[in-house]
Amino acid sequence: MTEYGDRYLVGNQREQVSRFRARVMLFVPLAAILFQVYVPRFDFLGFLAYLEMPLLVTIYFALMRRSQIGGLFIGAFIGLAQDSLSIKQPLGMFGIVDTLVGYFAASVGLRIDVEHSVIRFLLTFFFYFFHQFLYWVLARGLLGRQVAFEIQLTLVLGLLNAVVGVTLFHFLDKLREPA
Amino acid sequence: METLLNRYRNITVLLLVIFAQLVLIAVQVRNDRDVRMVRIWSVTAITPLAKVLETVRGGTSGFFRNYILMHDAREDNRRLQAELDRLKMENQFLKGEISTADRAKALVAFQQRTQSRTIAARVIAAGAGANSKVVFLDRGSAAGVERGMPVVTPDGIVGKVIAAYPTASEVMLITDPEFAAGVVSQKNHVVGTLKGQGQSACKVEYVPSEEKVEVGETFYTSGDDRIFPKGFPVGVVRVVRPSSPYQEVLVEPSGLERGLEAVLIVLEGVHQAIPEVPPANAPMYLGTPPPQAPEEQATQPAGPAGTDADKLVQKYRQIGAAENHKFGEGGPGTKPPDFNIKVPPPGSDTETRGHGDAENPPNGQSPAKPAKPQGASNQAGAAKTGASASPRPRVPASQQPPQDQ
Repeated sequence: MTEYGDRYLVGNQREQVSRFRARVMLFVPLAAILFQVYVPRFDFLGFLAYLEMPLLVTIYFALMRRSQIGGLFIGAFIGLAQDSLSIKQPLGMFGIVDTLVGYFAASVGLRIDVEHSVIRFLLTFFFYFFHQFLYWVLARGLLGRQVAFEIQLTLVLGLLNAVVGVTLFHFLDKLREPA
Repeated sequence: METLLNRYRNITVLLLVIFAQLVLIAVQVRNDRDVRMVRIWSVTAITPLAKVLETVRGGTSGFFRNYILMHDAREDNRRLQAELDRLKMENQFLKGEISTADRAKALVAFQQRTQSRTIAARVIAAGAGANSKVVFLDRGSAAGVERGMPVVTPDGIVGKVIAAYPTASEVMLITDPEFAAGVVSQKNHVVGTLKGQGQSACKVEYVPSEEKVEVGETFYTSGDDRIFPKGFPVGVVRVVRPSSPYQEVLVEPSGLERGLEAVLIVLEGVHQAIPEVPPANAPMYLGTPPPQAPEEQATQPAGPAGTDADKLVQKYRQIGAAENHKFGEGGPGTKPPDFNIKVPPPGSDTETRGHGDAENPPNGQSPAKPAKPQGASNQAGAAKTGASASPRPRVPASQQPPQDQ
């Protein structure tokens, strides 16, 4: 990797570490979870159930904070909250998946410039696929559930969530504390 | 350690959080058999380790146990080897005892059967010289032994007493070069003089070249030497070499073939007839008859004894005779005799044989005492009648009471 490339991908890490207010760190995940459990109740908004808002929030905070420990705790918190609000869902399934997503997202955010929309789109798409695949593995491995993994649907939904995610990330960027 | 934790802090925290959530899942979830996953996971995680530990522990303890066992096995092996050696020696000793007992039994049977008055004695020592052909017996003059008495065994003559001490007697074996006795061949009655050679074989001298002596023929005492009564086996001819004027005849003494342990000293000899049939090469001694039930013993006459097989054969013969049945005749399918009919016990109708006394000896026994052996007791004791020595089918012919000639 060239010096230019390093600067392009990594940039000045200190400059790119984003900081958020505590109420933002608390309110946004809760809002995402609320959206996940509340909005699909309306029939005309049923298509929004395909949006993994908690996952998108996890990815965003993990990428922007660039802290592996912070990312995994954000993922664990959001995942456990999501589990607690899910029916017949043991606590820890989304928690484990979101923890790993937060950790790896933070790891990626340490190495590449995540301000670029294309990078965000690709990362969101990748982590959505990773999230779905890991959940399928855990469901089969830990719970013994015979659930199907539809790759094509997952890819399409990944694209959808990536688009929504890039847009969401743009609005969340407004909530960052100024450097 | 601290540096290591700092370096891997992130991954460590990740693993801890993941693990905590796994535990959380495990506590909540039950499988289809209503068993909590935490239990399943714990068992699944622990049992392989326990299995490995148990395998290691079992192998280790087994190794040490086997080592200890091997150590004990070595001691056991040494002890068993020593015991085996001891038992081998004991076995050899008992075999010797059995052999001695057999000889003693044969000696008793012979003593009861022969007409001569004898006394049993044991060989207690041999002569001191390297080529000494002299042995010492445990019977001496106190038992009536005198110088010149013949010494025999059921197999043949052994020697003669050359000195009688109060408690022992000295016997010159027939292999001694100074020994001489009159002998006669069994087939052609060729007379000669047996002389020892200091070797295992003896020589029969003064056998004219025109006389016919065959290898394998048995020589008996002729009674001409006034020491040995007539009719005792001497030995078997092994070598016959023509020569002039006398043939060279070598005889293997039959009385020394089985070694010397127990012998009979002939206190007063009685001539016996020389049997027509040569003695078998390997005499078979009969043991004591099997114990019988008291009532069976009461029904058994004091007739000829025999083995159970002999009695059975005799009984079947009586049954066949009673039913006019001839064994061996008639083809398959013919009616067999009724073996359940009552017949007199075997031997009750048989002729009493082999009994006699000094004055009226049985078949062919010379009623008159022959030339009294030199030095023999002057007491005119009746010759041993052998009244209790019933005919025994398997006793060699040479040991059977002689028939009329």
